[in-house]
Parts: sequence; C-alpha cells; structure tokens
Amino acid sequence: MKAHLTRRYMFSASHRLHSDAMSEAENAATYGKCNNPYGHGHNYALEVTVSGPVDEGTGMVCNLVDLDGFVQREILQRFDRENLNTRAEFLRTVPTTENLCTAIYDILQRGFTHVHLDKVRIEETMMNSFEYAGQGDCAIE
Amino acid sequence: MVYLTRKAEFAASHYYHNPDFTPEENQRIFGKCNNPNGHGHNYTLEVTVKGEVDPRSGFVVDLKQLKEILNREVLDAMDHRFLNKEVPEFSARIPTTENLAIAIWQRLVSKLNKAQLHRVRVYETPDLFVDFYGEA
Repeated sequence: MKAHLTRRYMFSASHRLHSDAMSEAENAATYGKCNNPYGHGHNYALEVTVSGPVDEGTGMVCNLVDLDGFVQREILQRFDRENLNTRAEFLRTVPTTENLCTAIYDILQRGFTHVHLDKVRIEETMMNSFEYAGQGDCAIE
Repeated sequence: MVYLTRKAEFAASHYYHNPDFTPEENQRIFGKCNNPNGHGHNYTLEVTVKGEVDPRSGFVVDLKQLKEILNREVLDAMDHRFLNKEVPEFSARIPTTENLAIAIWQRLVSKLNKAQLHRVRVYETPDLFVDFYGEA
C-alpha cells in the first residue's frame, strides 16, 4: 500500500532580493524592504514529502536515517547559516523562496533516488509558504 | 465537494522489530527504535472526509458522529496503549507511522456512511507525519 511521508527540517539563512535585469527603481518597487543591500534573514521550515509502497519487512516508505542524512549533507549544510545570494544555486536567479523550493527539489530529485519525491514545501515565515512538486505538478490533494 | 478535517490526539508506545531480521539487521535498520522496552509519542491524528453538503443540515458529516466513531474505533483501542502488544494489527506488523495510518484508515473506512474517507494523516512528532489516501 502506498503512503506519503513528510519530514520537517529547520534552517536559517539570509538573502537579498535583487535582480540585475532591473533598474534600481524597479528593484526597489518590486522587492521593497527585501531589496536592502545588506540582506536580511529567515528561519525557514522545509518539508520534504516522499511516497511509495510501505515495505513489508520494515513497515517504512523510506528509512528516515537515509532521508535525514541526505538532507543534512546536501541541503542543510549547504544553506543553513549561509547567505543564499553567495551560493552557486543563486548565481543567476534571485533567492526568493520560490527559487529556493525548486533548487531544493532539484537537489533531492537528482541525489535521493531510491524513493519517489512528491513535493518540497518551504515556510519562509509563519505567514507564507511555497510548494513545488516538479514540472508535472502531481500533488494529489 | 467539501472536505472536513477532524483532529484527535493519543499517546502510545511502540518499538520496531522484525523477527525475520538478525539482531544486527534490526539494530542497523531501526536504531534506537529497536529497544524492546518501547518508547512513546504524543500522536496527532487528522481525519479528512469529503462529500456534498447536505442541504437540510448544512453538514458534510455530523461531527458528533465522526467524533464518536474516532473515539470508538481508534482512541479507545490505541490511546495509552503499547501498540505492539495491545493493538491486533501490530501483532505481526511493525507499528511505524506508515502502518499506523493504514491501520487507522482500515478501521474507519467501513464505519463512515454519508461522507467518504479522503485522508488519514498521523503525526508521530511535529516534524514527521504520514498521509494515507487508501491507495493500493
């Protein structure tokens, strides 16, 4: 039987929303306070949802030790206590939470291949959250 | 179609052990959860049902009845219990959050009459939850 498992992680990072393709005035109008050149930070909550048949022997969709290890190594070490603008993932894109969602989805999709990735959800603050389920957008709710 | 979610909490203990595995395999796969004396969680259960809104009552489902079904079928059986030893589904199946969601679905699905069961979500901790939609 198929189940969907979601694991939640926290990380803290800073960013500045600024696009080189826009004039100073456009940047200020588009990003407002988030355009402050010194940057600002958030406590991000990341939710990773994977799905698959529940293994008869282990009762699991995916061993949490494997998922936690991968996320710790490939995502939290990369982004926690970092300035997102300085990371290779955001050399050409603005580190909005939309782009952070797709970047993290791509890392998981490429590297964590032994279970199906349903979606990535990120809360930037308690008031806003973002979800990405890949190009097919196959969220079943 | 309208979806309605009812929340409930229960506390239970469990441990993970597969008698077909060697002690080393059990330890490697299940880690600390393999402690035979068990450990516990405060589980949060969210049951989502769906259906058309009854034009007379304005309800998808009578919440009082849903609460009674949840209490009778799930909480009476699982709250303050040792899942491995006291809940029959887990005499031969490991009480992971995945299997708990499936067992709760199976306990509820035939008991609902007007509304249809949509999703069972079980939080083992605030950082870990499993959704089961009745998928084969």
